[in-house]
Amino acid sequence: MKSAIKYSPFLPFFHWIGKRTMNVINNLGAIAIFFVLAFLKIFRRKQLREIIQQVFYIGAKSSNIVMLVGLFTGMVLGLQLYYTLTKVGSAGFLGSVVALTLIRELGPVLTAIMITARAGSAMAAEIGNLRISEQIDALYTMRIDPQGYLVSPCIAASIISFPLLTALFDLIGILGGYLTGVVLLGVDKGAYFYRIHSYVDMVDIRGGFIKSLVFAVLVSTICCYQGYFTHLRTDSYGARSVSLSTTSAVVFSCVTILISDYVVTSFLM
Amino acid sequence: METPLIEFRGITKRFGEKTILDKADLSIYENQITTIIGKSGSGKSVLIKHIIGLLSPDEGSILFRGMPVNKMKKKEWEGYRSQISYMFQNNALFDSMTVFENIALPLRQTTNLKKKEIEKKVMSRIEQMELTDAFRKYPAELSGGMQKRVALARALVTDPAIVLFDEPTTSQDPVRRNIILSMIAHYRKKFGFTAVLISHDIPDVFFISDRILLLWEGKIAFNGSYEEFSRLKHPMIDEFLKSIEGLRDELTGLLSKEMFKSRYAITLGSGRADTSVTAVLFSFNLNFLSDLFRPQAAIEILKSIGENLNNYFGPLGGFSARHSREEILTILPHLGLEKAGELLDDFAQRLEKNSLPEIHELIRDKIEAEGCFEIFVNAGITEGSSSDEIEQIIKRADMNKKRIAKYLCGKESDSK
Repeated sequence: MKSAIKYSPFLPFFHWIGKRTMNVINNLGAIAIFFVLAFLKIFRRKQLREIIQQVFYIGAKSSNIVMLVGLFTGMVLGLQLYYTLTKVGSAGFLGSVVALTLIRELGPVLTAIMITARAGSAMAAEIGNLRISEQIDALYTMRIDPQGYLVSPCIAASIISFPLLTALFDLIGILGGYLTGVVLLGVDKGAYFYRIHSYVDMVDIRGGFIKSLVFAVLVSTICCYQGYFTHLRTDSYGARSVSLSTTSAVVFSCVTILISDYVVTSFLM
Repeated sequence: METPLIEFRGITKRFGEKTILDKADLSIYENQITTIIGKSGSGKSVLIKHIIGLLSPDEGSILFRGMPVNKMKKKEWEGYRSQISYMFQNNALFDSMTVFENIALPLRQTTNLKKKEIEKKVMSRIEQMELTDAFRKYPAELSGGMQKRVALARALVTDPAIVLFDEPTTSQDPVRRNIILSMIAHYRKKFGFTAVLISHDIPDVFFISDRILLLWEGKIAFNGSYEEFSRLKHPMIDEFLKSIEGLRDELTGLLSKEMFKSRYAITLGSGRADTSVTAVLFSFNLNFLSDLFRPQAAIEILKSIGENLNNYFGPLGGFSARHSREEILTILPHLGLEKAGELLDDFAQRLEKNSLPEIHELIRDKIEAEGCFEIFVNAGITEGSSSDEIEQIIKRADMNKKRIAKYLCGKESDSK
């Protein structure tokens, strides 16, 4: 009986599946512990200065790109939706459809992806560099908790910045939709804003903010985790490992944003 | 017996299949400079990273004042760590912070000192390390030596009891190397910390070391003073010294020990069976009236005396090598005892009247220090034959030692 199992042609496949699954579970567990520890350290003394610095970097410095993307997303939404709504004779609903699409879905997702590209990659690269140049070890030798000093401010700043930038994105996007729909295509100005006011409920806005908070936690944790443990990579060392960690951070973050968006949306519906 | 400040008992550390430390035992004593030497990749950095907790052993225990560190409570562990600083091989300075911010970081993050107190303390360290012109600069704007000083200032700003130096002189030129070693010795004395040093700079590092540890194949193969180290006959030590010594002693310009032994064997083996030589053992007793740059000045003095010996006895067929930290052995193959004695007297007179005052000036110019020192030069002369072991000759010469020259801070002395 034993030998039958041993030589089963499916065994390598199940072995591979099992190994991959264990790896994924281990990594998820490690990331979860990493987040909990870093999150708890947000509330320690002497964090305010670091958090403010990170809010400036992640939040304030990302606002231009978020506004630009928000504007063109709103404009293209205005164009596409005008075309679709005109077909069913509902062009007057343009404002509400643009606003709901942005607030419920595109605002949080695109903002998170933009911040990942701009600040998330920088978090992974910076922490990874500190790791390979022994500066994280240096912090430890100075009795400065590296996780509390480097990771916690990034997580805190992301939690603060993501919803604010999402709100900015939504606002600019709605203005973009207004520019295309009202200024260029002649939709009634009053109807545009009236429909927004009528159809956008608090629950939509709350849902969007919940999503942006979830993305903030996921993006900052994944990016910091990738940088923090860059030295444990087995596929490369040194500068190459930092570059691979940065790439992994961005790719994993974007994929996680989209997957978690579906999960959160299904809970909120 | 004195309790070691830090003690390793049977420390084993493996990385995968590879055993880096194999039941290593060592003791580090308070207020001493302990230097760990060993081949590259022998696990020296791994060893000292265990002291500060950057790595933990797979087996064995580390004791701090007799207390196992792995059994310490959180508060005791924090207290232990607060007494240790680590200076990294590559300095590990934060590139995005200025010199001031780098040095202030541990104070800002781990103490409750007020802003002004931190500023005062940091500026005082900056002044002590002669970094006043650079405190607003970023590490990338500084030279390698200045970066080392910043790293040292950061390591010392918390007033640690133990400072671990991981190859502090790596990739430095000989002058800078000696300055860094001098700096360590100087500040160790000034601030009174215990230093643990990893270095390849042999023999320079021996001038500042109280204790040498040789890490060999994962074990501490030697633990003792430099004198013991240099006298110990062990193939492993020979192999180690051979691997780092060239044909010449880099410090004095004299022959390396290996070359000296070989020349000695050739000299005695080339003649008749009763070939004899005259051997002179010089010893130097240096006292510094100013503490500044002591090791660096000592190195310069020994180097200059080595040059003098080569210049005087070299044309007569003599050859010399450093026997211990402050001893040089000169072999005069073609001179009888009487003639050699006359030459030695002449050399002593020249040394006292001309060379030593010149050396004093040279030191002033080279290390730009207004230090004052006194030196007593002793010499013992003896005859050796082919049947004598070199150690027997040294022993006899040592017994015949008498003062031949003295120099006290520019004042000529006639007392011998």
